[in-house]
Amino acid sequence: MSTANMQLDRQGRLLHFLTVEGLSRRHLTEILDTAESLRGVAERRVKKLPTLHGKTVVNLFFEASTRTRTTFELAAKRLSADVLTLNIAHSSTVKGESLLDTLQNIEAMQCDMFVVRHQQSGAAEFVARHVKPHIAVLNAGDGRHAHPTQAMLDVFTIRRHKPDFSVLQVAIVGDILHSRVARSLIRALNILGAADIRVIAPRTLLPAQVETLGVRVFHDLRRGLQDVDVVVMLRLQKERMEGALLPTEQEFFQRYGLTEERLELAKPDAIVMHPGPINRGVEIDSRVADGPRSVILEQVTNGIAVRMAIMSITLGNHARPTGENS
Amino acid sequence: MRIVIRGGRLIDPARQIDAILDLFVAEGCIAGVGRPPDGFAVERIIDARDRIVCPGLIDLCARLREPGQEHKATIASETRAAAAAGITTLVCPPDTDPVIDEPSVVELIRRRAEAAGQARVLTLGALTHRLRGERLAEMAALKDVGCIGVGDGGRPVPNTLVLRRALEYAATFDLTVFLTPIDPWLGHGVAHEGQVGTQMGLPGIPASAETGIIARDLELVRDIGVRVHVGRLSCARSVELVARAQADGLPVTADVAVHQLHLTEIDLAGFDSRCHVRPPLRGLRDRDALRAGLANGVLGAICSDHQPHEPDAKQAPFGDTEPGISGLDTLLALSLRLARDETLTLPMVLERLTSGPARILGLDGGHLGVGAPADVCVFDPAADWRMAAGTLRSRGQNTPFLGWELRGLVTHTLLRGQIVYERENVDLS
Repeated sequence: MSTANMQLDRQGRLLHFLTVEGLSRRHLTEILDTAESLRGVAERRVKKLPTLHGKTVVNLFFEASTRTRTTFELAAKRLSADVLTLNIAHSSTVKGESLLDTLQNIEAMQCDMFVVRHQQSGAAEFVARHVKPHIAVLNAGDGRHAHPTQAMLDVFTIRRHKPDFSVLQVAIVGDILHSRVARSLIRALNILGAADIRVIAPRTLLPAQVETLGVRVFHDLRRGLQDVDVVVMLRLQKERMEGALLPTEQEFFQRYGLTEERLELAKPDAIVMHPGPINRGVEIDSRVADGPRSVILEQVTNGIAVRMAIMSITLGNHARPTGENS
Repeated sequence: MRIVIRGGRLIDPARQIDAILDLFVAEGCIAGVGRPPDGFAVERIIDARDRIVCPGLIDLCARLREPGQEHKATIASETRAAAAAGITTLVCPPDTDPVIDEPSVVELIRRRAEAAGQARVLTLGALTHRLRGERLAEMAALKDVGCIGVGDGGRPVPNTLVLRRALEYAATFDLTVFLTPIDPWLGHGVAHEGQVGTQMGLPGIPASAETGIIARDLELVRDIGVRVHVGRLSCARSVELVARAQADGLPVTADVAVHQLHLTEIDLAGFDSRCHVRPPLRGLRDRDALRAGLANGVLGAICSDHQPHEPDAKQAPFGDTEPGISGLDTLLALSLRLARDETLTLPMVLERLTSGPARILGLDGGHLGVGAPADVCVFDPAADWRMAAGTLRSRGQNTPFLGWELRGLVTHTLLRGQIVYERENVDLS
């Protein structure tokens, strides 16, 4: 069974949200439309809906995160769920309990949803396979594999600025090799019919046969940025210098850093995105990050609505009579 | 015991026999083929009509997990599984705990195997002390206590100078060196570097992790002239490199794990940790090239690359699981599939499981000549069976072949003329 199939019930409805792979445009549009309707909640005096009242959401974070974890927490709280966040330090030296044992223990506390972040690709799917059927699992990032809620908040943000995907040109710049954000975003954009998806990076930061993901490859930032509507900058981890993937941060910024001058090559109304946290002066110049084209903070805000949408849709589908409740 | 195996199709690839012939066994040895020796008084008749009678299988790489990892399996449990699979000789690589780098470990394994009495267990000594790739192991002493060769035990020697000296030293004592080619740095991932690995976000192991090390090893063989066996090839280009070296007359042999002949990177779908193996499952082209290499003899043997695990070892996200497949139970049936697919003829398949590996090991075995030890496998080539949990005899239940429809079932296994396995309800097929 593939990951794509196991997150859907027999009627093709989302039970988990593990990856955007294998989903249809209809699935993605439902999430985007729901998120759109939930976006207003934050502007109300009482920022709460009763949708998940009485439900318990557990954030299982095996890898450090601030932004993703907090926005998941806020999303659950705004839907009136009870939220528990577990930061589980996970290194080969501090292993002790196996992932399966951790799961079973938390399951015994009668939860309804797990939000999982883990450094291994396939971890969210592993969790989904092993939890009781009434529990919904959301992938908050697994290894290099997928970060589907980030991809959804990215396309949500894009759609608010550029509603017509059929003419959309997107450039994703930087460390594609290690990026689950890039993999999920590329899939989501392809499903939504984006006209042109480009990845721009030196060869050391591109995975093998990256073009099979449905992208065009550029090594030259200037050529790659030509006439795009959206520029997505990826975070560059400092470890990449040690792994002999890059010589120095300076050289990377010189070749691949987004500056105001380079942004001029994109369409005049192009927007700049970044999943955060940003490294100023490494992949992006402060003037761009804080400039008028940047929608980076808007992405954060939208993340809450999108995660609220995904939470209500998956838990809603679990509640339906055809879902196997036990 | 004097036994006659009657009426079977006897296939003895080493001597190019493929005919309906009775096989006579006495005092642990083959006593006659086709007709009994003078004065042969039968004590036991094995009816082999509609069955195939061949030499007991020789498996070039099987981890028995003892000493050191008895929670996974033991010599007793795995040799019992081997007997039920028609395997009469197992080669145990040196990466046990403690490592097979001193005579006492060899003795221990021999004693345990003899006590179990189910299969011959041959040991490979370590090429370097503790398999660390720094200092030479006492290879001469290891040879004296019976090691059939020396090897890297799945941990290639990174330092080329150390490797060259180890090869020279092994050659001094006429030892065959068993190497497993995977570059320690390039081999750092968990899946084949390609389209599937990219989509799944699994750190990749490029083909060059294997071919680069093979190229290095072959150049050293060219310098030194030592007999080298490269095990568990996974890439098309590896087969080419070995073929060229063989054509140049270098004393190089190679084998392939049976799962590499049937599975590819596609089987990783859904992050199936049972398909987490090292070297990784590769592309369709690689699989086909391995099959072709087996057919034309560049790859002289099929092995199980048996690696039994406890269930917990596979119950984790893909990259956190231990690599390896429990392979003894399926070695014969998966190999026979190659004859059904017409990749190889049936006698050729059996050659790669018997006299082929015997030749690589330098053993006078793997054949049914009069006077040879009576290690014999009798199987029903038409018996269909379905791999199901619970049908595995190995302690390790970690196999991606669960649910596969297989054909070919061992009915009798003889070791040194003794029946070590006999299938109950043999007429039920």
